[in-house]
Amino acid sequence: MTEPDAEFHRRRKSRALVTAVLLGAFVLLIFFISIAKMQH
Amino acid sequence: MTDAAIPAQELPADWRDFLALTKPRVMSLVVFTGLCGLLAAPASLPLVLGFTTVLCIALGAGAAGALNQWYEADIDALMKRTAGRPLPAGRMDRQSALHFGVGLSFLSVILLGLATNWLAAAVLTGSILFYVMIYTVWLKRRTPQNIVIGGAAGAFPPVIGWAAATGDITLLPVLMFALIFLWTPPHFWALALFIESDYARAGVPMMPVVAGERTTRVQIFLYTLPMVVCALVPWGLGLAGAIYGVVALIGSLIFLGFSAQVGLMRTQVAEGAKAERRLFYYSIFYLFALFLALATDRMMAA
Repeated sequence: MTEPDAEFHRRRKSRALVTAVLLGAFVLLIFFISIAKMQH
Repeated sequence: MTDAAIPAQELPADWRDFLALTKPRVMSLVVFTGLCGLLAAPASLPLVLGFTTVLCIALGAGAAGALNQWYEADIDALMKRTAGRPLPAGRMDRQSALHFGVGLSFLSVILLGLATNWLAAAVLTGSILFYVMIYTVWLKRRTPQNIVIGGAAGAFPPVIGWAAATGDITLLPVLMFALIFLWTPPHFWALALFIESDYARAGVPMMPVVAGERTTRVQIFLYTLPMVVCALVPWGLGLAGAIYGVVALIGSLIFLGFSAQVGLMRTQVAEGAKAERRLFYYSIFYLFALFLALATDRMMAA
C-alpha cells in the first residue's frame, strides 16, 4: 500500500469513528430532551 | 477500492478540518454571551434543555463560520492569517464545506426549535442568514462599514439564550444585543490597524485600508462612547444590580482610556502596535467581564 493509500484509509477510518460517536451522542441527547420536555 | 495509488489532493478531508471550518476560537465568545443571556433570563430551563440551547448556538455559529469560509476561500488564500484554513490550503473541496455548513445550519435550528421554542429558533436562523448573506456576501467586499452592520450577527446569541428560556424578548436582551453591536467596531478596527497590510493584500475594504489610519482611530473612539452608555444603561434602569454596575463602570472607564489613547494618537501605528493590541485584547476581556457580571448579578437577584 502506497503512502497516500494508507493516509486515505486512516482518514476514512477516523471520520467514520467521529461520525459514529457524534451520532451516538445525538441519539442520547434527543432521548434526554424528550424526557426533559415531558417533565417540564 | 482501486489498485491505483490515490493522489494526495484527492484525499478526503480530515475531521479536524471540518472542526476548523467552524472557527472554534470565535465560537467561544458567542457561546459565552449566549449562555449569559440564558442565565440572565428570569425563567430557568431544565439542565439538558439549557445545554441544548448553548449547543445549538455553537452549532449555528459553526455553520455560519463554515459557510463564510466556503464563500471567502479566494480572499482567505491571499491573507497570511487565513491562508492555512482547510479550503485555501487545499485540504478540503468547496462542496464538502457547503454541505457541512448548510447541514449544520438546519440541524442547529430544528434542534433548538424542538428543544425550546420557535422564537429562539427564528432568531438563530436570522443570525446565521445575517452573517452569511448580509455580512459575508453583501457587505464585506463592498464597504468599510462592513463590520459595523455585520457586527449585528455576533450580537444575537444573548437574545437567543434569553428567548430560549422565556419565549419572549424584552428590553434587557435588546440592550445586550446593542452592547455587542457597538463593541464590534472598536474591537475589529483595533485588530485591523495592526493587520492592515493583510486586508489590503486581499482587497477587503476595511476602514484603515479605505479611509486611512487617522479616520479609523477617530471612529474607534466615537463608537466607544455609545458603547459605554449602552453598558451602563441596564444598571441605570435597574435591570441589573450593583455587581454589574461596578464592573460596567470600572471596565468602561478603562475601555474609554485605552480607546482614547488609540483614537487621539496622531502618529502612525508604532512598532509592535502596542496601544492597538492592548485595546484589542482588553476589549475581549471587557465583554467577557460584563456578561459574566450581568449573569451573576441576575442569578443572585433571582
